[in-house]
Amino acid sequence: MDYLDKLEAHSIYIFREAYREFKHLAMLWSIGKDSTVLLYLARKAFFGHVPFPLIHIDTSFKIPEMIEYRNKLARELKLKLIVGQNKEALKTKQTFPDDNVDRITCCKLLKTEALKNTLSGQFPRYRLDHELGVFVEDQDKETYTGVIVGVRADEEGSRSKERYFSPRDKNSDWDIGDQPPELWNQFKTEFALKTHVRIHPLLDWTELNIWEYIDRENIPVVSLYFDNDNGKRYRSLGCYPCTLPIDSTAKNVKDIIKELKSGKLKNIAERSGRAQDKDGGGTLEELRREGYM
Amino acid sequence: MKERMNIVVVGHVDHGKSTLIGRLLADTNSLPVGKLEQIKKTCELNAKPFEYAFLLDALVDEQTQGITIDTARIFFKTKKREYIIIDAPGHIEFLKNMISGAARAEAAILLIDAHEGIAENTKRHAYMLSLLGINQIIVAVNKMDLVDFSESRFNQIKNDYSKYLNEININPVEYVPISAFHGLNLIEHSNKMSWYKGKTILELIDSFEKEKEEEENDFRMFVQGVYKFTENGDNRRIIAGTINSGTINVGDEIIFLPSQKKSIVKSIEIFGKEAPLFAIAEQAIGLTLTTQIYVKPGDLICRIDQQLPYATNRFVANIFWMGKNNLSIHKKYKLKIGTNKAGVSIEAIKSVMNASTLKKENYREEVHRNEVAQIIFRTDKPISFDLFSKIKSTGRFVIVDEYDIAGGGIIIEALEEKEELVTPDYSGFERELYELIKKYFPHWEIKPIY
Ligand SMILES: Nc1nc2c(ncn2[C@@H]2O[C@H](COP(=O)(O)OP(=O)(O)OP(=O)(O)O)[C@@H](O)[C@H]2O)c(=O)[nH]1
Ligand code: SF4
Ligand SMILES: [Mg+2]
Repeated sequence: MDYLDKLEAHSIYIFREAYREFKHLAMLWSIGKDSTVLLYLARKAFFGHVPFPLIHIDTSFKIPEMIEYRNKLARELKLKLIVGQNKEALKTKQTFPDDNVDRITCCKLLKTEALKNTLSGQFPRYRLDHELGVFVEDQDKETYTGVIVGVRADEEGSRSKERYFSPRDKNSDWDIGDQPPELWNQFKTEFALKTHVRIHPLLDWTELNIWEYIDRENIPVVSLYFDNDNGKRYRSLGCYPCTLPIDSTAKNVKDIIKELKSGKLKNIAERSGRAQDKDGGGTLEELRREGYM
Repeated sequence: MKERMNIVVVGHVDHGKSTLIGRLLADTNSLPVGKLEQIKKTCELNAKPFEYAFLLDALVDEQTQGITIDTARIFFKTKKREYIIIDAPGHIEFLKNMISGAARAEAAILLIDAHEGIAENTKRHAYMLSLLGINQIIVAVNKMDLVDFSESRFNQIKNDYSKYLNEININPVEYVPISAFHGLNLIEHSNKMSWYKGKTILELIDSFEKEKEEEENDFRMFVQGVYKFTENGDNRRIIAGTINSGTINVGDEIIFLPSQKKSIVKSIEIFGKEAPLFAIAEQAIGLTLTTQIYVKPGDLICRIDQQLPYATNRFVANIFWMGKNNLSIHKKYKLKIGTNKAGVSIEAIKSVMNASTLKKENYREEVHRNEVAQIIFRTDKPISFDLFSKIKSTGRFVIVDEYDIAGGGIIIEALEEKEELVTPDYSGFERELYELIKKYFPHWEIKPIY
């Protein structure tokens, strides 16, 4: 087995542990490259099926192509797709693009709060009804106790310290100074009432590993990652007011791998296109302690 | 074939672990451009001395206190292979984090501050490595700049430490004198220590050998789930798992333990690939069987033509305890081995040891946080396992106290199955007396008390 085989096998192991141990399990799906690999690995783990819902937190500022791609894939694979949103903040325009709050507050409201309340069932959940072909409000308001998230340790400092199974308390807070032990293939699968566990099958993957795997397994990804003849492409996908494309002429997966290996992108951090990471020092850790992905 | 290896860096607090990794990243050009300058500038702004450790100690609390709290994964590449370098904390308070990190590693670099010398956790960490079964170890004597690059100081530490490592059966690959902060003997040989003729840190890392995969061993696989997804007309009943060791072929006769049910492998399933005829250790697979038998997660699958594991409710194990509460012979716990779980209690605590001083105490009723111990466990139902010395992944387990993993252990001996003893709880004095009689008056043929 080569290193991609091993990464794959380990991720599948994590998926299957999560599925057995958590009655109310869901997976976050952000449409990006990591989420795409995550979805593919889930299908591998369960022999072509995805036996839990996928949750997309829609800030309403996502690049339209992402939403199109999301709905198309969900229909094709008959996925249980749930969409959550902070309608209140959007209605009162408490957002950064509306110029009413700073980025940190906007992210807190549209992402962290939306996620927290969608997971707990406090906000309405909109489920794609495959028969009607539209989104309908989901009757299931049960709290999800296990949430699969595609974060990688190489993305930034606080993620480099994550556990594969990482507990969150009643308020979705992460006690980063006192994480439980994690040994061999034994994870934290016991949890107190009202707390939940974040599950990270991609923790040991690097950005390069993700692309190598996409290449090897021929996994389709949204075309925003490639240069469409204007010398620009997205390296990481998010809200359009806060995500900028990078200069690159990579037109396909092989080009991206070559680009990453060449070290051409070494002077640009992967999430450098993400403006919200940069407002003030240590903010990503702060956001993540409060439940951000 | 491309490979990846996980290496952990351990040692006493402040001996320079994070600095070593940070400097290694800087000197091998592995950092994003401008990252080092950015950190230097932040340090200047806050009137703090620059530390390479800030490249890794990413948490706000870690930076303000200048200490590593939790293990970090650092991705690093050489011409030979990819690495995840695991930076472990050295402070005793975070031993559980060090162990969590070390449990993911195949090899280790153990750091000793040349000036301060061998300290409490220099020893304790080595002991933990040996318990975890990590036996490829480099000992790096760091901060040689603080002892004038003295060869005799290096030799003195080497001699003293070898004695300790000998006692716990560790035989390091190499001792290497370095200065992490100044980047000496990391990538290139330093002329300040021309008396050292061995390899540099980078050469030593690349010379670690990949652990042998468990392919040659007897076949073992814990049932992780039994799936029947009926969507889209799928009517397969698949037994899913990741192979712990050995090889399985279509047509092999298998047995599920401890239930002893038997069947034959009809197919091996891997999504997106043509069904293979065989599968090997570490692969995540599914099996379908020729007969429909009831099996459940936690069962251990073995091949009938090979040696079977133990199936009993009693065994002896060496454990380390990380719990907030003490491990007590009066309490009940949950044991997890592979995907199997069982209620467990402690029949006897044979000995408790301080992993740093190696001082042993017998007949205690509790094991405290950060201690290691030898214990006789009794599970509520028989479980299947191997000795750790035969197959690592089916010979180790964790103990769950309330909601958290609080201890881990390796099985060193299987004992005969026994129902719960109805004998009284013997006091420490009785046990000690028993041991003395057994030792000095064997001709009395004293009846065993536990
Ligand atoms: N003079 C000298 N100082 C060093 C050397 N290596 C590390 N240091 C210093 O030793 C101190 C501790 O270094 P760290 O790398 O944080 O130590 P650590 O082992 O990671 O500590 P913990 O993770 O908290 O256990 C820092 O101030 C370093 O600058 C060296 O080679 N020479
Ligand atoms: S990324 Fe920008 S638009 Fe999206 S939630 Fe954050 S601040 Fe708001
Ligand atoms: Mg450190």
